[in-house]
Amino acid sequence: MLSRQPSASETSQAKFEPRIVAFFCNWCTYLAADLAGTSRMKYAPNVRVVRLMCSGRVDPQFVLDAFAHGADGVFIGGCHPGDCHYQEGNYKTLKRYHLLKRVLKEMGIEEDRFRLEWISAAEADRVRTAINQMVEKVRDLGPLNLELKDLENAYAEEVLV
Amino acid sequence: MSDKSPDKPKVAFYWCASCGGCEEAVVDLAEAILDVVAKVDIVFWPVAMDFKRKDVESMADGSITATFLNGAIRTSEQESMARLLRSKSQLLVALGACSHLGGIPGLANLFDRASLMQEVYVHPPSTINAEGTLPQTHYQDNGHSVELPALHETVRSLDQVVDVDYYIPGCPPTPKTFLAAVQILLGSELPVKGTVLAPDCALCDECPRKDTKPEKPVFTEFKRPQQMLVDEEKCLLAQGLLCMGPGTRSGCEALCVRGNMPCSGCYGPTSRVRDQGAKILSCLASLVESKDEAEIDRVLSTIPDPVGTFYRYGLPGSLLRRKKPGVRQAPLPSR
Ligand code: SF4
Ligand code: SF4
Ligand code: FES
Repeated sequence: MLSRQPSASETSQAKFEPRIVAFFCNWCTYLAADLAGTSRMKYAPNVRVVRLMCSGRVDPQFVLDAFAHGADGVFIGGCHPGDCHYQEGNYKTLKRYHLLKRVLKEMGIEEDRFRLEWISAAEADRVRTAINQMVEKVRDLGPLNLELKDLENAYAEEVLV
Repeated sequence: MSDKSPDKPKVAFYWCASCGGCEEAVVDLAEAILDVVAKVDIVFWPVAMDFKRKDVESMADGSITATFLNGAIRTSEQESMARLLRSKSQLLVALGACSHLGGIPGLANLFDRASLMQEVYVHPPSTINAEGTLPQTHYQDNGHSVELPALHETVRSLDQVVDVDYYIPGCPPTPKTFLAAVQILLGSELPVKGTVLAPDCALCDECPRKDTKPEKPVFTEFKRPQQMLVDEEKCLLAQGLLCMGPGTRSGCEALCVRGNMPCSGCYGPTSRVRDQGAKILSCLASLVESKDEAEIDRVLSTIPDPVGTFYRYGLPGSLLRRKKPGVRQAPLPSR
């Protein structure tokens, strides 16, 4: 899992570097990210990419687990509607995304911390802009601090009334 | 109760943040409770017998064979009793959904303490509290002082406070589930530590309606039981009702479904699932028929309260545990 040593830079909001977990589909967004790399396009280094065979493999538990282990944002990239290698995988993702978004909102996690994008293998530039945009938005929101450790600390420091 | 005998296992019962239903479930064992009582010494059971905290304090560490603790941990007193009973007991068993996963009281994790206090003591229509008086942990009057337990910001399941050996699921556990668990614990071979003492498969498996469950039910709307005449034989999911059966551990013999009500998930997840709410969310959302975003949203909006529905019994035990503090809520008390 993600280790989270709050670095010196993180203590000041200004230099906060968001940690984004990105779940990329093997057939499209991952290839696009690869293409972005080989074309030497620069995008924010804040993403940790997890490659999956299909965006439909993104169990909502993965998303919650990422947030609970220190991610400040979660990005899912899949094939465009109609292009999924497994026919319906991305539609499942879309439906889950819509419901999970509502759960996250109720749990106090801001909408901009969770994003779904359809990015084909050719759209390297889209990887760059989508990631950059997300990093900026999450940077503005600040750290999520939902990690277990943060909760335990809050618990220990709590003033009981 | 039973004769005190040195070789009978000593058993304790205690309750924390709970409704009393789990204690009721123990009493509901009816005649079967006599068999259990004959085999054990009950050394602590405040709801039914006159014991005090000091009785437990005077016991040697590890001298209680098993403590069955129901209820979530929410106050300083509950936390300290949980720690005390942990040190006095060889086995600590979380009894019921609240102790297991946080239960109904765990839904308080959608709020912070300050706004809850306001809601309960200041704003109710039936209350006049112009000065905004709130409960205090310490009160002094005429040379007498009273101490009350403090309320924690976050409701926790038992295992988020102390080490837990076994879990008995359910809200409340059915007498059958409880009895089967006790028999396992009284037996010669104990299961692996951390085991939830109920079958490890989904409720649909023991549901009398499972033969009518379609391979892939589809939803154009999530209906609520009061909006329709519910067929008494057909799978509830197939009728458009939100049944948590596919994401819930079996063991209750589908009690609610037999009563023509959808399962609301009280037995928690199976061992292969970490977060029951996320799992059932995943399953139900993918059953929405439409591929059109606006229509998907419309269908999903017929689930008015996703967190309260999917995490009804398990918010503290879920991956996120609580609402992020400080977001769109009344300010927290100063730290
Ligand atoms: S979904 Fe509900 S009604 Fe249908 S088989 Fe499963 S438990 Fe029974
Ligand atoms: S049907 Fe579901 S909610 Fe009802 S007792 Fe069984 S597990 Fe609990
Ligand atoms: S294969 Fe890319 S989303 Fe399914």
